[in-house]
Amino acid sequence: MTGSLAVQAIDLVKDFGETRAVDGVSLAVPTGAIYGLLGPNGAGKTTTLRMLTGIIDPSTGARCVLGHDRPLEAASEIGYLPEERGLYPAMHAREAIAFMGALRGLPLKEGRRRADELLEQHGLAEWAKKPIRNLSKGMAQTVQLLGSIVHRPMLIVLDEPFAGLDAINQARLEELIRREARAGATIIFSTHVIAHAERLCERVAIIASGKVVFDGSVAEARGRLRPIVRLRTRASDGPWQETIPSSARREGDEWVFELPEGGPEPLLKALIDGGAGIETLAIERPGLHDAFVAIAGNKAAAAMGEEKPQ
Amino acid sequence: MMRLIRSALVIGRRDFSATVLSKAFLFFLLGPVFPLLLGGVFGGIGARVANQTDEGVIAVVSSTADFSRMYSARERLADAMGDGVVRLVHYSPQADLRAQEKKLLASRKPPVRAVLSGGLSHPHLIGAIGRGDPILGQLNLILSGASTAQSNPPRLPVTEAASSSGAEIKDRAVTGQIGQMVLFFLTLFLAGMVMSQLIEEKSNKIIEVIAAAMPIDALFIGKLFAMLAASVIGIIVWVSAGALFIQMFTQGGVRALPAPAVGWGVFLVLGIVYFAMNYLLIGAVMLTIGAQASSAREVQILAMPATFGQFLIFGLASTVVGSPNAPKALAATLFPLSSPMAMLARAAQEPLLWPHLLAFVWQGLWVVLILRLAARMFRKTVLKSGPRSKWRRRSTKTSEAAGQIT
Repeated sequence: MTGSLAVQAIDLVKDFGETRAVDGVSLAVPTGAIYGLLGPNGAGKTTTLRMLTGIIDPSTGARCVLGHDRPLEAASEIGYLPEERGLYPAMHAREAIAFMGALRGLPLKEGRRRADELLEQHGLAEWAKKPIRNLSKGMAQTVQLLGSIVHRPMLIVLDEPFAGLDAINQARLEELIRREARAGATIIFSTHVIAHAERLCERVAIIASGKVVFDGSVAEARGRLRPIVRLRTRASDGPWQETIPSSARREGDEWVFELPEGGPEPLLKALIDGGAGIETLAIERPGLHDAFVAIAGNKAAAAMGEEKPQ
Repeated sequence: MMRLIRSALVIGRRDFSATVLSKAFLFFLLGPVFPLLLGGVFGGIGARVANQTDEGVIAVVSSTADFSRMYSARERLADAMGDGVVRLVHYSPQADLRAQEKKLLASRKPPVRAVLSGGLSHPHLIGAIGRGDPILGQLNLILSGASTAQSNPPRLPVTEAASSSGAEIKDRAVTGQIGQMVLFFLTLFLAGMVMSQLIEEKSNKIIEVIAAAMPIDALFIGKLFAMLAASVIGIIVWVSAGALFIQMFTQGGVRALPAPAVGWGVFLVLGIVYFAMNYLLIGAVMLTIGAQASSAREVQILAMPATFGQFLIFGLASTVVGSPNAPKALAATLFPLSSPMAMLARAAQEPLLWPHLLAFVWQGLWVVLILRLAARMFRKTVLKSGPRSKWRRRSTKTSEAAGQIT
């Protein structure tokens, strides 16, 4: 397996009884990257992450995490925030963070010191000695997130980290992810919300029905689609109409179509020469959401669209 | 290995402090007081009920002279046998003996069990007394004693020896039995608690965080040893309180208890080790069972059969008391779950020490095996981890092959 890859998965398969949850997933996550796993509910994202963190072993296939075939051997270098959040309700916030660090090999004393620092940085210093059960859901979630990075891991795996957070905390989390990446950590996170992936990720994998249907950079994903032209003309008829593709559709008083192979210049010339009387012409780069629709299909996109980005 | 121990320590430390520093732990320490209080209360009630429900007397319809001789014979019997000899009440004969007998049998003050009439010459008993009733034997002895001329029996001179083989065997068996019972009850209560240990992690969803950070074996080991450490605190408190109680309120104090074959010092050390082993073995099984449950309700449902199972194991182990080398006793010694209790009873009865060393190794091996099995089962059935089973792979291949053929 390649040294410059933090995580590599080859043909991972996971069966739960008769159900195949993950069907031949292969991933390559470069060291230091922010890597997004996109996909609708039940696509196999969580199962993939659980296999990558060593919680479960695959039915077949191989994985290499930070150079270890068994992820648990690299446990002290990995931070993990599960989709289903959980803390001991009677434990104090500071102790909870230190305990999670201790699980990963960080001495308790050092864990408590770092917990104080992290809680201070995230405006939770006054809650340090309060039991988790007294914290709001968002605060408890932040405490768990801090617990997953207190030991300064090389690889941070976050399963739906934005779920349940308000807009302010989502922005804080995005900043935290960027900060950890700047510090050299590799970050893998799964999300429903494409906007987060678009803002944060250098690379994404799109999973649908247990299979990876795309793995590459966000730019590559967008590159799968041609730019969209939105054209409004004064003339309703004329020879210019022959220059727009037959697949063009009307949206209100606009024509919407893919930018032809030749690019914008020949199109503009043909429109002007054809007497279109251009009122407005906009060329839009397709977003990750459009790429996702094209790659994963409308059904998957509709499933992901249930949660709106903040 | 070091990582496993370090991880187990993290879990153990958390569980230990969460248990010992909770207010509920005070109730845990006070736990044995409740059965003692209950015993006292119900013992008192039982004694009162026993007093109130008088066993009944034998109404003796006879001449005063005959009754006097019978009464003297009864007193001599009571002197030899202690309490429990039937009470006799005298009634002078009336003209209609049948009517008198009927009236006496219906009497409630005092309640009459039977009527003895006919004096010493023609004794006849009427009443609700079966042929095998011990009262019949007592009455026969009383009548026999009353009929023959009495002479003072010769005095039996007694010289007390420190011990005799028969008394020693019996006393040691009693010590073994008491030791087994203490071990059994301590483990019975603690094992029930161990069963629900993983529910907290499962219901709080922390299990994912832990499973991603350490081998499941470490979680099981940590939990088991944390509870052992907490229970050792309890045992120190209980044993100290118990010894103090015996010292203060019983004649001769702790020294009055029958000495075990290996001596008190070694026996107590073995008792502690066998408690730990018994707890670890039964606890590991309980943890395995409890880990499969997904809710507290399921744990409660599983608790009853598990408790009955423990009683069965105790029954098997108790075969060692009295006959430590019988085949059943040896089987109880070898069967891992009954082995610690069986070996403690053996320590009370047999002075050899080397079998205990073998037993520690044997029991320790089983603790490791059960914990490994528990962790494996947890990963397989709860976390749904691991490769496809050989059987499933084979059946998949078969169906794929069938698909290709069709």
